[in-house]
Amino acid sequence: MIDLDVGKYAAFIWPAYAITVLAFAVMIAGALNHSRRWRKRAEELSGP
Amino acid sequence: MIPAPAFLSNPERFMAFSRWAAPLFGAIAVVLAVTGLYLGWSAPPDYQQGATVRIMFIHVPAAIMASVVYVLLAGASFLALVFRHVLADAAAEAAAPLGAALTLLALITGSLWGRPMWGTWWVWDARLTSVLVLFLFYVAYIALRASLDDEAKAARAAAILALVGAVNLPIVHWSVTWWNSLHQGSSMFTPGALAPVYAKPLFLMLLAYLSGFGSLWLVRIRGEVWRRRAEAAALRAARA
Repeated sequence: MIDLDVGKYAAFIWPAYAITVLAFAVMIAGALNHSRRWRKRAEELSGP
Repeated sequence: MIPAPAFLSNPERFMAFSRWAAPLFGAIAVVLAVTGLYLGWSAPPDYQQGATVRIMFIHVPAAIMASVVYVLLAGASFLALVFRHVLADAAAEAAAPLGAALTLLALITGSLWGRPMWGTWWVWDARLTSVLVLFLFYVAYIALRASLDDEAKAARAAAILALVGAVNLPIVHWSVTWWNSLHQGSSMFTPGALAPVYAKPLFLMLLAYLSGFGSLWLVRIRGEVWRRRAEAAALRAARA
């Protein structure tokens, strides 16, 4: 059974998880945007 | 020339391979992370560290990946510098921002774990300092590539910097053995050092980080291939 009660350590544990989620969100968005942007640009320049 | 699998040595084949491999690795990472976190949060609090042991499941994989990604960055830089491998330079460039993010994540989550356990956010001991130096090498690599207009020169200078920075990797790994440190020694790969109730989810989380990085690395390399194609096309158009 999952135990989400972290008691007096909440001020350390939840920010650690929040920052991890944020870091992965930034890495995923950055990688996808970089790839999509340059793919679109390459296709525009290559023509039909 | 070092022989490489066809899908790694030929950009066309790499693009075909990475098109299905990137989402597959991403999906595997999600499944592993959900399973690892479920098991990790179902484990009892540690008898010494209490609930802060939950930070281990996100901090330790980030710290291990910080070094693993740098090994890949240095390896790709070596192939690009010595053998002028077609995709190696793109792979090195694509690895750097991901490695920097994972290293920064390891430093921040480590600090959030250290404060309640050690009583301090930061100490200038060998492990923490060498990981900070690792982060600075990532930043320097990214800055150096961005600072030179000539892409070939930038790639060569950054590859040399990456290889110089590889000297720091053994220091990161053995710092807790060579010097006295607040940081604990390696427990993940030491048999019996970690109770199975923690070792299993930690191992799953490491695999999740590894698979997640693999997915994002492939996506970023694809982006680099597209960028180089776009710049080559722009150059052809300018000459026409």
